[in-house]
Amino acid sequence: MATQLATWRKIKNRLAMTMAFLAMAFGLFWLFWILFTTLELGIASLSPSLFTQMTPPPGSEGGLLNAIVGSLLLVSLGTLLGTPIGILAGIYLAEYGKHTWLGRVTQFLNDILLSAPSIVIGLFVYAVYVAQAGHFSGYSGVVALAMLVIPVVIRATENMLLLVPNTMREAAFALGAPKWKVISKVTLRASIAGILTGVLLAIARISGETAPLLFTALSNQFWTLNMNGPIANLPVTIFKFAMSPYKDWQQLAWSAVFLITMGVLALNIIARVIFRSSKHT
Amino acid sequence: MNPSPMPGLTTQISIRKFDFYYGKYQALKNINLDVYSRKITSFIGPSGCGKSTLLRTLNRMYDLYPDQRAVGEILLDGRNILDRGVSVNELRAKVGMVFQKPTPFPMSIYENIAFGVRLHEQLSRVEMDDRVEWALRKAALWEEAKDKLQYSGMSLSGGQQQRLCIARGIAVKPEVLLLDEPTSALDPISTMRIEELLNELKEDFTIVIVTHNMQQAARVSDFTAYMYLGELIEFGVTDEVFVKPKMKATEDYITGRFG
Repeated sequence: MATQLATWRKIKNRLAMTMAFLAMAFGLFWLFWILFTTLELGIASLSPSLFTQMTPPPGSEGGLLNAIVGSLLLVSLGTLLGTPIGILAGIYLAEYGKHTWLGRVTQFLNDILLSAPSIVIGLFVYAVYVAQAGHFSGYSGVVALAMLVIPVVIRATENMLLLVPNTMREAAFALGAPKWKVISKVTLRASIAGILTGVLLAIARISGETAPLLFTALSNQFWTLNMNGPIANLPVTIFKFAMSPYKDWQQLAWSAVFLITMGVLALNIIARVIFRSSKHT
Repeated sequence: MNPSPMPGLTTQISIRKFDFYYGKYQALKNINLDVYSRKITSFIGPSGCGKSTLLRTLNRMYDLYPDQRAVGEILLDGRNILDRGVSVNELRAKVGMVFQKPTPFPMSIYENIAFGVRLHEQLSRVEMDDRVEWALRKAALWEEAKDKLQYSGMSLSGGQQQRLCIARGIAVKPEVLLLDEPTSALDPISTMRIEELLNELKEDFTIVIVTHNMQQAARVSDFTAYMYLGELIEFGVTDEVFVKPKMKATEDYITGRFG
């Protein structure tokens, strides 16, 4: 009897393992295919001129310098604008507004914002900023990207702060610390690695976003650092070049895809390393 | 109903006609109790009897939770600490607390201790070094920690972490030290070290300890309060409470016939 039961359990175990393995293989298959295609087509056109020359007119030599610099500007300013707002709101949700009406409403709205399609954000910024100003601009792109950063950082901050055991808060209060010191010196410090990871993942997300920039920063064929006008960036360049009939533009689009993929991959790896190393402090 | 004062002892805290509520539920009923200066008082009783609740009112920990409410009088140095005008942060500088689970902050051993001191005093670098050393020596952790003051407090063992928490509590130089089951998460050897430590600390501090472990109460405390269902059943000199308790309920509990 007992052995029969054990055999049946072993079979069930094998079955479950096989299914789990197949599911994993199915997921990884596409991921690796994407990575492989990106590498194959991207590496083929990698050259130093990518980083030294501007996006060219069809049929001539060129690179992606203006788009790379534009993307770096948009993403870093978007992060700088969105991160403090996100962290402060996350602190509010976890430490002050946990059981309040305002806290619950904020949390609900943030959930909606978190899952809002980025094209909606793009159109919204177009309507309230670009249409009012009368022209596309880098700044409006920064605002759109910041709106994508904020909900991610809010969620990360809130979750990480809620993971801090309440006894640690009580211990800090028991020493006679005022609330703002308990938060700034103890609970934030205890969750800083998780929050940082959240910020990095937010950066990874916005560095590939196309829709919000299509209606805001637009694109620019030329070198510019003027954030008050249209500015080049990698995602919209990819969109434009990949849809074009010109072979050399399509080639540049693949190079840009390669750069973004590698950047996002690097950010994810860094995020994991930071989060893991913090476990051992 | 007032407890009769013990001859030759100074009262540090007097609790009078004290009630405590969690929302509508009354957790403590008409508690009258004196805590004597530089003695160890232990609160014992079965789970849910209110001993931790009573301990946590002595530094107004319950202030953190809006639905908790205290009524009555707790006099510390002649002042009712339940009064609205009392600064909670100043009170907590006078009444330190150590918790059941060791709770080192995510910072270095040195900073763990300096954190609390900085809240209440402005010390020079040298004075702070001295204070940190003093607190670690008092908590019997100096020899183990002196070479790694810059290491994270989390890197210590459980027993060492708890002694770090005691060092952190006494570094502020409080009058009273509250301990909420401080050894229940520790192994027997760490427990023994902390009990020895409490015996030394009572020369400088008034100590109140909540414990589930009756042998521990008998070993370390000078006075014992037995609580049951939110009421103080018996309070007296530890030897008397354990050897010839006045109340039948106390005797049943300490002899293990109940609980």
